[in-house]
Order: sequence, then structure tokens, then C-alpha cells
Amino acid sequence: MQVLYGRHHVRVFRFGLRLVRNEQVAEDLISEVFLDVWRQAGKFEGRSAVSTWLLAITRFKALSVLRRKKDLELEDEAANAIEDTSDDPEVVTQKKDTSEALRRCLKGLSQDHREIVDLVYYHEKSVEEVAEIVGIPENTVKTRLFYARKKLAELLKAAGVERGWP
Amino acid sequence: MMALSKKMLQQEPSDIEMLLPWHAAGTLNARDAQRVDEALARDPVLARQYAVIREEYAETIGLNESLGAPSVRAMQKLFATIDAEPQRQPRLQFGLSSRISGFFAGLSPRTLAWSGGLGALALLLQAAVIGVVLVKAPPATYETASLSASETGNEQVITRALRQDAPPPRALVRFAPDARVSDITALLDSYKASIIDGGNRGMFRLQFGSQALARDEVAALMRKLQSEKIVSLAVASP
Repeated sequence: MQVLYGRHHVRVFRFGLRLVRNEQVAEDLISEVFLDVWRQAGKFEGRSAVSTWLLAITRFKALSVLRRKKDLELEDEAANAIEDTSDDPEVVTQKKDTSEALRRCLKGLSQDHREIVDLVYYHEKSVEEVAEIVGIPENTVKTRLFYARKKLAELLKAAGVERGWP
Repeated sequence: MMALSKKMLQQEPSDIEMLLPWHAAGTLNARDAQRVDEALARDPVLARQYAVIREEYAETIGLNESLGAPSVRAMQKLFATIDAEPQRQPRLQFGLSSRISGFFAGLSPRTLAWSGGLGALALLLQAAVIGVVLVKAPPATYETASLSASETGNEQVITRALRQDAPPPRALVRFAPDARVSDITALLDSYKASIIDGGNRGMFRLQFGSQALARDEVAALMRKLQSEKIVSLAVASP
């Protein structure tokens, strides 16, 4: 269990943190995830990668937490936290720092869009694996990421960053 | 084809267009990767969109890598809870794999924790032995057209590195699929870089030199690295 934890806890934590947007909650979340893994190890059928299984459990638990703690309340806290620690869109525009603007807009995506962007780009999950983690058809995975990217482009445009797409 | 791409942007995206993010992440199967490569070679509009996607890909990795790691408290809480779990009852199972998993499931949490700890200790000992062997072995010399080991004073560089407190810059790098080993070796030499981790889906973690750099210098280094022909992605990493 320690080996499994040592190998996966950072990525599980980061995935959870991007969903719940609160470090304390994310830490509690990974404890719950690995405890579940401990209790239900026999149910793992080995048809998918362990990381895919862990991310699916993390997502399920994160959504439960969000439902419990009232989604809107957390969203507001997260929005305030972002305002406190970053420049506002105008400053970002002035700096013409596409990189910073991109990161800010990635934080501003909806939960559905954040998770799919992270799963594909950061956790390097295939279409099939994302479908398994999120519980949606493979074609929906592709279109959801496409529209997440369009939304990201809109947010960037609103912040004054044009990238030539769409 | 360009007209087709514009049409695609206004209407529903094509299958190839929707696969671009997975192509950037290197997670497509060989057949789809080839389809996307061919489409990118034909369609400059699609290629521009792919460049945008690579930016998103790099920044998403950068953003996630900046999130840090959970505190030790989370681990302590988890293993305290596991220790408090009741011991499991062995079940009647068939098949080799189920018997093996049954064996591990039957062990107490503390026994498994100790086994894991012993395993980790064995790995540490192995690493220490390898480290000692490497340190004691005479340094391998190399020579290129412009550089030789005797001229650079490698021993001094290594000694300096051990004295540094701040870590030298690191980056996650993906090399172009057609990059040759000799090209990669030459690039590592020219950047005084070494591979410290990697191979996971084509991503390598490199460390540059032996001294810490300022943020601007790291950014400039990443830009220079990204402009190399054989580098398809370079992102600063802790």
C-alpha cells in the first residue's frame, strides 16, 4: 500500500485539488481514496491501469465532496482565492504574458472542462481511459475536450489574448 | 483543405481535429497518429491549431506541476486509519491470481506496511550501493569536436554541484519522434544536461548543469530548448 501510495499520491492529489480547489479538502480526499483502494483491492480487475482506477475513484469522491459542501460555496471561495493570488485580466493583458493568461484561464474553466483537460494533457489518458474515468462515451470525450478548448479560447480572447484559433 | 478546415471550425469538428490533443500528448495509437500526421502535413490551418494545442498542453502540465504535493499529515491519517481496520478473513478462492491477491488481502495492514517498508529499505540500499560504485569508479572520458573531458574539468563541476543548496533547473522534455540517439546525446552535451527520470510515454525529466538559475534564465533556457529541432516539448519542472 505504501508503494502504491508513494507512486500515485501526488498525481491523485493534484487531480483532486483541481476539482475541489481546496488543499485541505484535497488532502482529506486522497486519504479517502487510498482507504477505499485498501478496502476494495479485490474489486480491481486489472482491465485498466491502476492510475485510471485511482483517478476514477478520486473523481467520484471529489464530486461527492462538492455536492456535500455546496458547489457554489466552493466555487466562490476558489474564485476569491484566484483573485487574491493573481493579477486581474487587464494586468495580464498588459503584460502580454500568454503563458500566465493561459494558466489563469485553465483555472477558470468549469469543472467538467477542467477535468477533461487535465486528464488528457497532464495525466496523459487516452480517449478510452478518459471515457472510463468520467463515465461517458468515447465520442463525448472527444467533443467535450473540443468545446473545453473553445471555451478556453473564449476566456483568453476576453483577457485580450488572441492565438489564431478558433 | 484549408477551406475544409475553416468549415470545420464553423461547424462540427472533424474526427482528426478532435484527436489533435491526444496527438500532442502522445497517447494515440500508431494508426491514428499516422492519420493525424498526414493531415497536419496537408493542412496548414490544422497545423496552426495544433501549435495552439501544444501551448495548452505545456501550460496544463506547468499548472499541475506547480500545485505541489500533499502534506505528510494526509499519509499519517491514511495509515493510522488502515492500522485501525479489522484484520481480514481469508476467503476460498480459485486461480493463481486470486490466490495471490487473497494472500495479500489476508495480511494485516501492519504486516503489509512493514513489508512495504522493508521493500523500500532494500531499494534504498541498492541505490546506495550503485551510488558508491559510481562515485568510486574512474570517470568515463569523452571527446567531441569542440569539447573534451580533460578540458572541462568535470570533477570540479561535480564537486561544485554537491555543494549547491538550490537545485539546478529541471524540465520535462519530449523529443521529436525522428530524433536520433546521437542528436539527443549532442543536445544533452551542449546544454550540460542529464536525464534524471523518464521514458514515461516519451517524457524525460532533464537537469541542466549544476547551479540554480534565476526565473528569467530558466524561461530563456526553456525557449531555447523548445526551439531545438529535435525537441517537441520543453516545460520547466520542479
